[in-house]
Amino acid sequence: MNHLADLPFWAAWLVAAFLFIGGSLTLIGSFGLYRLRSFYDRIHAPTLGTSWGTAAVVLASIICFSVLQSRPVFQEILVGIFVTITTPVTLMLLGRAALYRDRSENNPNVPAVDPPEGILDQPKMGDKLESVEQCSSKHE
Amino acid sequence: MSTAILYWAIMFAQTALVAAMLLALTRMIKGPRAQDRVLGLDTLYVNSMLLLLVFGIRTGNTLYFEASLIIAILGFVATVALAKFLMRGEVIE
Repeated sequence: MNHLADLPFWAAWLVAAFLFIGGSLTLIGSFGLYRLRSFYDRIHAPTLGTSWGTAAVVLASIICFSVLQSRPVFQEILVGIFVTITTPVTLMLLGRAALYRDRSENNPNVPAVDPPEGILDQPKMGDKLESVEQCSSKHE
Repeated sequence: MSTAILYWAIMFAQTALVAAMLLALTRMIKGPRAQDRVLGLDTLYVNSMLLLLVFGIRTGNTLYFEASLIIAILGFVATVALAKFLMRGEVIE
């Protein structure tokens, strides 16, 4: 930890504040992942860690190394850009996959669906009973 | 004074990130369905990447940055492949 003694006062405070923000936001996001009830609630929680959790830690790292090496060091921003771009892609894919699985199993706790065309043509449970009654009355 | 503040901030960030990794691991083990486990694995990847960045600040070594970049890329590919598998039942069609 000797190199950290070379940091000036303002840089140490900035790095410490960003580390504090990043660590606590990531912890809150993971606690939401652990605590929330349904999967569709849970999928929102870790984005707290991937948005400002990552951004704060990356900013702390950029400030620390830029001040220590006395030249701008921007390589850590690659991690931030990459995580910012890829998180929506993965979470939307995962959400669509979960929605597909839940709908194919006819789970009741799933958002409503615009029915595909084939399903509209098939009779529902109540329709079938009525039609059976109509058929039987016709036969009589 | 400033070194002590920085030391405690780094200790706090490491503790919080390890606790977050434990929570994600709990969700990954306990998760009622497969998509919960995949989400827990994704969160675990992101948290370990952040932990490596904090390690880099602590040791003053820029080598940890490259490891965290590789973890981010592998996590993205792994989560996309697992989501595709959950959707279709196979990864490459």
